[in-house]
Amino acid sequence: MDSGASSQEQDIILETRHLTRVVDQGKTIVNDISLAVQRGETLALVGPSGAGKSSLLRLFNRLDEPSSGTVLLENVDYKTITPRDLRRRVGMVMQQAYLFPGTVTENITFGPRSRGEEVSSKRVDELLEHVHLGGYAQRDVSALSGGEAQRVSLARTLINNPQVLLLDEPTSALDETTRAGVEQLLNSVMHDQRLTNIIITHDMAQATRMANRVAVIEGGKLLRIGTVEEVLQNNAHA
Amino acid sequence: MLMHNLHSILLSSQVMTGLIQVGVASLLVAIVVFLSYWGGVKLGKETAISMVRGFVQIVIVGIVLVIVMNTTIILGYVVLACMIVFAAILSKRRAQGLPNAMNISLTSIAVGSGITVLLMVLTRVIEPNISTMIPVGSMIIASSMRTNSLALNRFRAEIEAHTGQIEAGLALGAPPAMVVDRYVTSTVHASIIPAVDTLRSLGIVFIPGMASGMLLAGANPIYAAEYQFATIAMLFAASTLTGLIAGVMLRSTIFSPAEQLLLRPQAKVQA
Repeated sequence: MDSGASSQEQDIILETRHLTRVVDQGKTIVNDISLAVQRGETLALVGPSGAGKSSLLRLFNRLDEPSSGTVLLENVDYKTITPRDLRRRVGMVMQQAYLFPGTVTENITFGPRSRGEEVSSKRVDELLEHVHLGGYAQRDVSALSGGEAQRVSLARTLINNPQVLLLDEPTSALDETTRAGVEQLLNSVMHDQRLTNIIITHDMAQATRMANRVAVIEGGKLLRIGTVEEVLQNNAHA
Repeated sequence: MLMHNLHSILLSSQVMTGLIQVGVASLLVAIVVFLSYWGGVKLGKETAISMVRGFVQIVIVGIVLVIVMNTTIILGYVVLACMIVFAAILSKRRAQGLPNAMNISLTSIAVGSGITVLLMVLTRVIEPNISTMIPVGSMIIASSMRTNSLALNRFRAEIEAHTGQIEAGLALGAPPAMVVDRYVTSTVHASIIPAVDTLRSLGIVFIPGMASGMLLAGANPIYAAEYQFATIAMLFAASTLTGLIAGVMLRSTIFSPAEQLLLRPQAKVQA
């Protein structure tokens, strides 16, 4: 399988090597996936429901343990990095916001507080402005709409200054109007901050709008990887 | 001597009267079971099995008490230790998929009830003789078991209901203990609700068995009340200690060394 990035190996930030995950029932949900993600690019993982996209994404920040194979973060085997440090560097925005009970500020500062770091209210306000939630600092999260909650979830991840951002269908739980706004925000954040992004979507149009390259996952396997045009062409020939 | 004691106890007129009382109580249960069939609720088999099992168990304990009553106090501790092991085995069944459940149950019940019994024996709240230690000790162990079962059950439910929040916390690089802290707190609170309610309702809603027994036996009512309070306070202390230990142990048991949540609903694992 072509990793799709062999010519630019010096720019690779994240790489999987024969990544496999077999669950207790003996079912292989991620099957021998090797791919490389270049620094600063946005890679979309596409495929049908149950293809193994989320299972693969959860291996990138080691929320699950691979049965075999590994992930390299800046050429270092991630099993040699402490899970907390790894997850700070490889941030994740989930399908749903999963906010903690309390205020917006309490949610946003959760990561730094867990490491005993102080966060100034100025920094919180800046981040909130950035995700278009200026003035929301003291609001209780139970009063937020779905779109607002997802913005808080994004700010909560960004405060850790991650190098890689994992996004698991971040707009799929939102209604159509909210979805467009959040997608626009994600697009600007992903590019402004020069982040490396891996986004799951089952919407090829969204992949086209947001990603540089696309990886097609099916049955736990990597079928194709390449630019959106290459993959679409391949699909047409298949 | 022992056989003579046993023989005379088994054939005493009190035992015969007790058998008649057991018969009357069983008849009442049979009538209720019959009525339940009439109402479409089939309780027959389960009730019959529970009745026979409960009767046989308590009679065996009675016989064991007669046997151990006149022997060394060490045997009393052995009986209590066996009760703790059985309590842990029964309690861990509530865990359903929680890793390390037997270890947690055994430790929390043994430490929670063990420390309480020991302190009470040392301070002479419980007389250091087998005839007091075993009944009072068993009450304390049963209370710890109930607390542990509730803790296991509640914790599993809390974790399964908040998988998303927990993994969101882990994904932010937070330590597992911090991520589950609020669920551990609510687990400990929920697990000691029966013990708190017992303490709160003492004398108003019910006069517990021990005080009733002492009153029936002609003890000074004030002393009966004092002793009953001491016993209930012991139950509360044992329960709370058990709940806290179970909480602390549960906190770490659901995470792998790589700080991954191990207890996830199966549907999510396969997604």
